[in-house]
Formats: sequence, structure tokens, C-alpha cells
Amino acid sequence: MDDEIQKTQEERKKMEQQLASMNTVTFDTEFYSSNKFEGYEKSIPVNDDDDTFDTENEVARKMASFTAPKQFFKEVPRGAGEEDEPSGFNKPSKIIDREDDYRRRRLNRVISPERNDPFLDKTPGPEVRTYADVMREEALKRQKEELMKEIAKKKKEEQEKAADKKEEVEKPAQKRRNRWDQSQDEGGAKKAKAGSDWDQPDSTPGIGRWDATPTPGRVGDATPSVKKNRWDETPTPGRVADSDATPAGGATPGATPAGMSWDATPKLAGLATPTPKRQRSRWDETPATMGSTTPMSGATPAAAYTPGVTPVGGVELATPTPGAINLRGPVTPEQYNLMRWEKDIEERNRPLTDEELDTMFPQEGYKILDPPASYVPIRTPARKLLATPTPIGTPLYSIPEENRGQQFDVPKEMPGGLPFMKPEDYQYFGSLLNEEDEEELSPDEQKERKIMKLLLKVKNGTPPQRKTALRQLTDKAREFGAGPLFNRILPLLMQPTLEDQERHLLVKVIDRVLYKLDELVRPYVHKILVVIEPLLIDEDYYARVEGREIISNLSKAAGLATMIAAMRPDIDNIDEYVRNTTARAFSVVASALGIPALLPFLKAVCQSKKSWQARHTGIKIVQQIAILIGCAVLPHLRSLVEIIEHGLNDENQKVRTITALSLAALAEAAAPYGIESFDSVLKPLWKGIRSHRGKVLAAFLKAIGFIIPLMDAVYASYYTKEVMVVLIREFQSPDEEMKKIVLKVVKQCVSTEGVEPDYIRQDILPEFFRNFWVRRMALDRRNYKQLVETTVEIANKVGVADIVGRIVEDLKDESEPYRRMVMETIEKVVANLGASDIDSRLEELLIDGILYAFQEQTSDDANVMLNGFGAVVNALGQRVKPYLPQICGTIKWRLNNKSAKVRQQAADLISRIAVVMKQCGEEQLMGHLGVVLYEYLGEEYPEVLGSILGALKAIVNVIGMTKMTPPIKDLLPRLTPILKNRHEKVQENCIDLVGRIADRGAEFVPAREWMRICFELLEMLKAHKKGIRRATVNTFGYIAKAIGPQDVLATLLNNLKVQERQNRVCTTVAIAIVAETCSPFTVLPALMNEYRVPELNVQNGVLKSLSFLFEYIGEMGKDYIYAVTPLLEDALMDRDLVHRQTAASAVKHMALGVAGLGCEDALVHLLNYVWPNIFETSPHVINAVMEAIEGMRVALGAAVVLNYCLQGLFHPARKVREVYWKIYNSLYIGAQDALVASYPILEDDENNVYSRPELNMFI
Amino acid sequence: MQASDRFNINSQLEHLQAKYVGTGHADLTRFEWAVNIQRDSYASYVGHYPMLAYFAIAENESIGRERYNFMQKMLLPCGLPPEREDD
Repeated sequence: MDDEIQKTQEERKKMEQQLASMNTVTFDTEFYSSNKFEGYEKSIPVNDDDDTFDTENEVARKMASFTAPKQFFKEVPRGAGEEDEPSGFNKPSKIIDREDDYRRRRLNRVISPERNDPFLDKTPGPEVRTYADVMREEALKRQKEELMKEIAKKKKEEQEKAADKKEEVEKPAQKRRNRWDQSQDEGGAKKAKAGSDWDQPDSTPGIGRWDATPTPGRVGDATPSVKKNRWDETPTPGRVADSDATPAGGATPGATPAGMSWDATPKLAGLATPTPKRQRSRWDETPATMGSTTPMSGATPAAAYTPGVTPVGGVELATPTPGAINLRGPVTPEQYNLMRWEKDIEERNRPLTDEELDTMFPQEGYKILDPPASYVPIRTPARKLLATPTPIGTPLYSIPEENRGQQFDVPKEMPGGLPFMKPEDYQYFGSLLNEEDEEELSPDEQKERKIMKLLLKVKNGTPPQRKTALRQLTDKAREFGAGPLFNRILPLLMQPTLEDQERHLLVKVIDRVLYKLDELVRPYVHKILVVIEPLLIDEDYYARVEGREIISNLSKAAGLATMIAAMRPDIDNIDEYVRNTTARAFSVVASALGIPALLPFLKAVCQSKKSWQARHTGIKIVQQIAILIGCAVLPHLRSLVEIIEHGLNDENQKVRTITALSLAALAEAAAPYGIESFDSVLKPLWKGIRSHRGKVLAAFLKAIGFIIPLMDAVYASYYTKEVMVVLIREFQSPDEEMKKIVLKVVKQCVSTEGVEPDYIRQDILPEFFRNFWVRRMALDRRNYKQLVETTVEIANKVGVADIVGRIVEDLKDESEPYRRMVMETIEKVVANLGASDIDSRLEELLIDGILYAFQEQTSDDANVMLNGFGAVVNALGQRVKPYLPQICGTIKWRLNNKSAKVRQQAADLISRIAVVMKQCGEEQLMGHLGVVLYEYLGEEYPEVLGSILGALKAIVNVIGMTKMTPPIKDLLPRLTPILKNRHEKVQENCIDLVGRIADRGAEFVPAREWMRICFELLEMLKAHKKGIRRATVNTFGYIAKAIGPQDVLATLLNNLKVQERQNRVCTTVAIAIVAETCSPFTVLPALMNEYRVPELNVQNGVLKSLSFLFEYIGEMGKDYIYAVTPLLEDALMDRDLVHRQTAASAVKHMALGVAGLGCEDALVHLLNYVWPNIFETSPHVINAVMEAIEGMRVALGAAVVLNYCLQGLFHPARKVREVYWKIYNSLYIGAQDALVASYPILEDDENNVYSRPELNMFI
Repeated sequence: MQASDRFNINSQLEHLQAKYVGTGHADLTRFEWAVNIQRDSYASYVGHYPMLAYFAIAENESIGRERYNFMQKMLLPCGLPPEREDD
């Protein structure tokens, strides 16, 4: 601590003593310690380390800093707006909008009809699907699939042959087309690759296309392969041109897979920019009907592609009322969405009329020009049709029938208080609108109607509606029956326009219903799985958790046998998507019912001879189990490994890959135990890495990477050396995934114990740096991170100098991302290991490089450069001294930069290196920087201003108040207006700085300035951030201490009169703080005097201050309790509830503070006033009263309060008894043992003994 | 109880209290309360070793015997419960 600070503090102490001695008339050293502030924190620590030094007076440190009660910190915030609160402004999100193509494949699945429940004691009728049926169907499907594949292959061959012939005939044109096709295909493949997850090696849509050759009809519609389209339609040159001219297809709602741009209709956008390409395509001529746009509707009319189609839909397009939809029959939600969207766009893009233009532009200064003579409006047929969508003249038009019940854009009022129905819902709930007489319906129909109503309420209703509906559904679940329920719920979940919230609610319904239905769900297990499985791969974490929960409940309800029977057919399904989700679902079943139960089945599946898909899925289930349940696999590790180990030598490459990945997952889950379970796979793995290439090799390496850390040091070192040969060879692999895995494995190998630094240095480092430390690695985010991590890990083994020495030159590389990667690595390495290894030459290079990189950066959002700079400078410590002038020059230069970011960064850098500058003895330099920063206090960007204030604070902290330039007396007045700034960062830094000055250098500033600051501080007590409020409270204390309580108190008391509640609350806190800092006797008289003001707000404020005050001063309260008792008496008898409430909480704090200090007389007196309030019903009041009584229990003892209680425990009025028992119970829980001595004496009666003779014993 | 204070802190407090064995409620009978008192007392005697020692001296019994007796007495401290008068 600085000398002068100490000196001023001593002076202050002296002054305080003088102040005390002036009051010695009533001053009694018995009660007051000579200095009440000893033990209080006298200064704000520079950083957290400071307060570890002085721990000698721990007891007195109980109130180490001024603070406000917790409820205040909790209470104050939240004015009105609350920008951080997720308000109703963000639109509810549709699930389908954020899904990728792969996830969207869920919509291809069919909700299968229910199946037989073999546990029922009856033979299934012929109409019920049994397990055998399902298996047979699956087998058929597979055969069909293979056949289709065969056909496709043949066709392709033929086509190729034909193409070859054609090519010979018209080579140039055909060549172009080929390139088109190729590039498109390539693009698709590349995209798929980027999106694919390595862990699901065959989840790429590209492969998926092979796996799931579309079954005619359904799948084909949804995932049209380019190939198929080409077959279906003869390509015309116009179409090729068109396919790239309608990029709008991708941006439309319900976006279709890339391939869909073929049959997606030209959107309006496409029309608005007529492509002047060669030939006008058919698309422009036929504004297709809405019906043809959707890929989903099963009824996509192929005719839509033909040029003969007429714009029938155009008429209705303008009035897409729900009624109209009902009229037209099946309109899918997507269609509706599209219509809604187009209507909206049309509305916005319609030409402006002259009147509108007149209102927009000023009357003068504008002239209406004639169109140039050469202007000819575009008159394409398509436009014409759109511009005048009158149906007259178009062929197939017929006058629509008049519909009296048609609604015009106004949603129909729902009968029977049903919630609003969205257009998409009509498909499902439309029948609710038929106002039939419910009496006439059959019981089944009635039931169905009831379910629909309830579901609609759950889906769209208000929270109370939803709640009751959900409860009814749950209660009546068995009555409704599983069939009707699931037949209604599950289709809703497949609705393509479902939103997150809706799905959540429906899933919740299923969950609740499951509990009730229990074994009745068995026939519906597969149906439910079809709908729920997609949740398992949802990108939303909570959706995944929900999915898991449902499946686990389902498996508990249906039992293992049913679950296996339901999912077995899906295990070798032809669609990879189905297999993937099934594997995940199985892992959930395993975690719900226990792995041992599933093991025999898994074993059988993994050894399936019939199809590799089954083996693949089986092994994948093991992988998913490991991922899902983590270290809980340990007991079953050996059996799990045994089940899958043969997969390493499988004939199918995919099976080998997934086996290796599963082993990796198992090893990761088991780490650091369980190496003995992997013994059997080590050999095949090692053989594998020598014989395999590509993807399989990567998977094998990954497995080894996870297994090595489990080994003993000796083995780990041996195996590392073995695998390193392959790794080093694969360093050069161009495959991104391979790179990531290799990096990961290197990291794992290097970090194991047995690997020697020398070995790494000689064998790994040269190749590693040559292949990985290249610019390209910095471009991909994941590569970047992985490389940095691995390098840091290596550095931990081989030391700083080796690593930093190799990359330091690259700080001057010309690629910025690369420089950033270098910087981040250096930062982490230096922060981990310090800079003592770095010699002077390297040090020079390092500083030089860092300065270069720092100056040359153009964008640094993650603060990598800043952090790196700070870390290196701090690590070097005093060795930076020679470079400081240069660094400061850079900083000064950048403080003056045009870009706000740069200025902010420069200021931030000052606060990072201030401590080191002090260590180097560069105080003059710091003073200079202080002046520079001072000049920049006019900064207008709040972020920058905050950083500048932070930098000033850092400087003040290290060089002290007296040496500070500019002098404090100049600096502080400049800060006062900044306190008004509402920006959080500015506020926080400013209040910290002001608090620091108030603490250590208050005497440099005139009292009036401090008063001014006090006013600003009051406002700040409302800040949102807790740190700011706390700093403000602290600062208040320091200021009051510095300038004495009188003036501050006067303003604060005046402030109690203001209307705003928050402001008053802040003021009461401030008063209490002042009382605490300047001892209560300076404040209490004025405060109590203020209670005489006959104004509710003021009186309550006083009471609240008292409450806070007694909370803060704790034991000190014993001297004041008699003084305030009359006031509290009055308050506790007041008519106003709040008076009594606040007074009760004051009593509580008082009682707790003076417990055991001999103030029982006053407390009993107060308890007599508190007690009548026990019958209050207002929750806040009764709470305060109960707490006051609890306080009394602590201060007076349980016996006293029990005596108060006894009168009412058996009171004839029940209401009275209830309250008294409540008090008795809390008394009992608080002091059960203490009550034993003071229970009343109960007399025995003829049958029972109630007396307690033991207590009468006497020796 | 009103609908509004069904969920507030006070009702939670009561719920919490109800979890403890010895707590009471408005319909507690004299007998039940007395049983609680007796059991609490015996538990307290057994729990405080000096008390046990005191009783042992006063009754001229061993401390272990005293402890055993008290534990036994906790079983039916006040005798059989009185016939419940049906209301």
C-alpha cells in the first residue's frame, strides 16, 4: 500500500477519534469499542489477491464491505422494458424451417397401422398386423428396393450408351450440358459432405440417395433425385437456363431440396426479373396453380408441368380465406403458407399509385416526367396474366357456386369456446366446425370429437385452457382408449408446419397419456416411435431430451419384448435415416431397461448374417449407448466390446467403420478405466491401421486415439510409437476429416504419461509443423481449434521455447487468420507455462512479431490479439521494459485511430499491461498515458469510453492517488457527468474508478463535488447489473465517510418524499449504508425525526431504513433498541398494513442482532405488539410477522414463544387453531429440543399417562 | 384457503412443516400431542448423556438400563389411544 494512502488514512482515523471525543459526554467505552470501524474494509482491493494477505482479524471481518441486503439486490432491477426478456416479438419458429434435408426425411415415414399385442390372450384376427406380417413386408420392400436399384443401374447404363452415341453426333452442345449436370452433382455432393457428421459416416444425403432409392410414389416425391427428373422430362435448353435463373426456389418458405428447383414453380420473384436468356421458358408462360408447387401433397399433379395448364388457382389466390379452403377441399398447409406468402409479397410489391406518390413526396421541387419515347412496357404473357387475374376468357373457368357461409378473411368464431384455429389446423380439426348436434353422433364419434376439442385446446389454447385440457386428457386416457387418442395426436405431430412450442405441448400430452395407458400402448409403439424418433436427432437440446424421456417411458410401459418387436423390422430398413434413428431409440431403451436386458438381442443383431445393415445398426446401437450413458457402461464394457469386436473384420466397409467408431465411443465413455476390456480388439485395430485407407483408417485411428489414454505408461508409449508411423504418414492427407482425427489422436497420444519429450521433439514435431502449421488450417474453424489444442498439448510436453520458436516467425505471416491462430497458440502456451524458457533472442522476435500482428489486424472480434499481447507481456514481466516505449507509442497511435474498435482495443491493452508497466518502473510513462486517456474522455462510443475508463482505473490502481496525472482534483469533476451515462460498461468502469478515488483519495476533491456525485449515485442504485449496484453501495459508504453524514443524510431524507418507489428503495438503502459507515448515532435522530412527517411514503421509508440499518449493524443494535422502541410501537399499531409489515421486519433484524445481549425486556415488549398481527392474511405481512416471531425465538428462547402459543393451540375456533399450530410448528422445527423442558404439565386421566415424572426427579 | 395463496411461500412452509413427525395441525387431539411430547422428551433424555447420567443416579440404575427403559417407553408412551368418538 502506498505511503501517502497510509498517511491519509491515519489522518482520517485521527479525525474520527476526535469526532468521537467530541461526543464523549455520552460515549461509553464499555459499549463502544474505541474504533468501531476496525475490521471494516478500508479500501477496495486492486484485485482479488489483495484480500488474502490480511486475515488476522477474521472475526471482525464479518462485515467486510458495505453491502445491501440480498433482497434489495434481487428486487431493484427491472424497470419496464426489459430488452433481454424474450418478449412476444420474436416469431414462433417452425421446426421445419431450421431442419436440413436429412432431418426432413422424417416426413417420409408413414405412421404404420397398429400391430398385434402378443401379450393379449387371443389369437389375432386376420386384419391385425402381427410381427410376422411386418417382417414380411420389410423383406418385400428390400427386394423391391434391390430390384429398383438394378433397374436404375440398367437404365443408367443404357442412357450412358445413348449419351455416348449422341455425344459423337453433336459434341459441342452436349458437352456443355454435361458440364452443367456434373457441376450440379458435384455441388450437391460437396454440400452434403460439409454437412455430414463423421460420426454417422453414412448419413450423408449423397449416400442416402443410394440407400434409399425412392420407392415409386412417396419417397420419390419428396427426395427427387436429379436423375429421376431428367428421365421424366426431356430436357430442353430453356429449362437448363431456367434452372439457374430461379434461385428464388431456395429461399421460399417450405424450401425444397436443391433438386427441387426443377419442379418448383417459378416464384413471383423469378417473374419480376425476367431472364433475358435465349429462349423464354415455359415457366414464364404458365403461372402454375398452387397445387403444383408443393412437393408434399401426395396429389402433385404431373399435369402441372405441362404447358396446357390454366391459372385456375389464380382467382382463389387473392382470397385465401379459410372458407375458401374448405371449399376447395384438401389444401395442404404448405400450400396455404405459400399462398399467404405470395399474397403478402404481392401486396408489398404492387405498383404505387399516383396518389400514394403524391403523399410521399413534397409538392414542390418534383416534376412528373413523361416516359421516354423509347420505353416499351414489358408485355409477357405471364405478366399479363398476373396483372389481370380475371378469369374471363380462360378456358376451364366455371362460375363458382355461391357460398353463404363463406368467411372473408375473418377467422370464424369457434363454437363452444374453442381456441383460435390456424389455417393449417383445418385439415385436422375442421370437423369441429360442423355444427352438428352432438346428441345425434355415435358414442365413438362423440369420443373422437371430445379428443379433438381437447387437443385443439392444448395446441392453441390459453394457458389455463391448456392446463385443464391436458388434465382431462390424462384423467380420461383409459376411457378414451389408446387407439382414438394416438390416431389423433400422432398425425398432428407429423404436421409439417408444426412449431416448437406446439410440438413440445403435444409431446407432453403423449408423455402424460403414456403413464395412464401403460400396457394398452403396445399396439401403438411403432406408431409413436415413428413420430418421436426424429426428436432424438433434433438440433434443439431440449427436444432431444424430451424425445429420450418419451421413449424411455414408452419402453417402461410397453416392456422390452414389445419394444424389440416394434423396432426389429426397422433395424435393417432400407432407409439409412430410419436405421439411424432406430439405433438411437434403441440406446434409450437400453438406458431405460438396463443394458443386460438388451445384450442377447444386441448380440444376435450384430452377428446377423442376413444383411450388413442389421450388423451396422446393431453396432451403432452400442455406440449410441456409450454416448448416452457415459461411464455407466463400465460394468458391461467387456460384453459390449465382445459383441462388436468381430465387426472390425467385417466384409462391409461401413460396418468396419462404425465398429471402430463404436469402440472409440466406448473407450471415451470408459476413460480412464477399462483397458482390459479392449485387449481383444487391440490386435485387429493395429492390423487395421496398416491395411486400411481413407475413412476406415480414420475411424480406426480414432478408436486407437481413445484407447491409448487408458493404457499404462509403458504400453501407451509403445503403442504411441507404433501408431505414430501411420499418423505421420497421414499428416499429409488432404481429407479434412482425416486431419481432424489425426490431430485429435496426436493430442491424445502426446498427453499420455509414457511419451517422452525427446521422442516428440525428434519424431513428431518436424512433420507436424511442416504439414499442419500452414495457412489453410486457419480457415476452417474446427481445424483451427483442433490444431491450437493439439499444439498446446504438445507444448505442455516439450516446453515453451520449442513451440514458440517454431511459430514465432509466422506472427508476421501475410494471412491474418493464420497470424491469429499463431497468436492464440502462443497465448495459451505462455499462459500455461510462463516465459522463463524464452531466451533474449526469442523474446525480441516475439515482441516484434506481436507488435506487428497487433498492428496489422483488421478485425478481432474474439480479442485473440489483445489477449495474446496481454498474456505475453504479463509473462515476460520486467523483461518487457526495453520495449515499453515502443508499445506505448503503438497504443497512443491506435488510441487516435478512426475506428472505434481499434481505440477500444488500445485502451483495453493499457489495462492489461498496467501492472507490468509499474513493475518496470515506468511511472512517468504511465502518467503520460493517463493524461492521454484523460483527453479522450469525450469519447462518444460507449464501448470505447468504458474501456478508456477501465484503463484509467488500472493506471490509478497501480500508481496511486498522489502520483496520478492528471491530478485527482481534475479527473473526478470530469467523471461526474459520465456517471449519467446509462451504458452498462461505462457505468461499471466509471463507478469503480469513482469508488476507488472516494476510498483512497477523497481528500483531493472538494466536498461539494462529492455531494454532486452522491446524487448521481442514487440513480445508479437502480442499475441492472448487480456488480454496479454493489460498487455503488460501496462508493456511498466511502463518500459518506469522507465528507461526514450530515449533508448526505439531508439530501437522502428529502429524497424519501419522491413518488417513485424504486428511487425510495434505493434511498433507504443509502441511508442505512451511511448509518453503518458513520455509526448509527449520527443518523438515527434525524431519521426518527423524519417519521413525524405525516406522509405514508416517508414513514415507510424511515421504517425500511431502520430495517436495513438494524440488519447491517447487527450487534451494534443493542445500543439503539431502546431508542427506537417507541417508534416501532407506534408503527406496529398503525392502521396501515405496510407500516406493520416493515416494522415487523425491523423487529426481526433487531432481535436477531441483539440475541444474547440482554435486551430481552425491550424485545418482549415489542413481541406483545407483534403478536396481534398473526392473524393477518396478506402474504407479505404475515411473512414478516412470522419471521419476527422466529427472530424472537432466537433472541428470547423457545420457551417464551411457546407460552404465547399455548393459549391458542386448542382454541375452539378452527381458524385460530390453524394459525397457532403453524407458529408452533415453526417453533418446534427450530428448537425441538429446547421445548422439552417447557411443555405444559398434563394431568393423567384414567386410561392414559401424560405426566413426565422424570423431570421431577431430584437428587 | 384462497386460490391465490395456494402457491405462495406460506403454503410451502406448511407443507415443509408437515414433513416432520412431531409437528401438529388444527385437528390434533390432546392424546396425539401428548404422545409427541413424551417421545420428544425421551429422545431428548437419551440424546443428552448428562441427563441420562442424572436419571441413572436418581433411580439407582445403570445408564444403559435407563437408556433401554426410555427407548421402550417411547413405544406407547401414554398407553393405548382413547376410543375415537365418531363425529
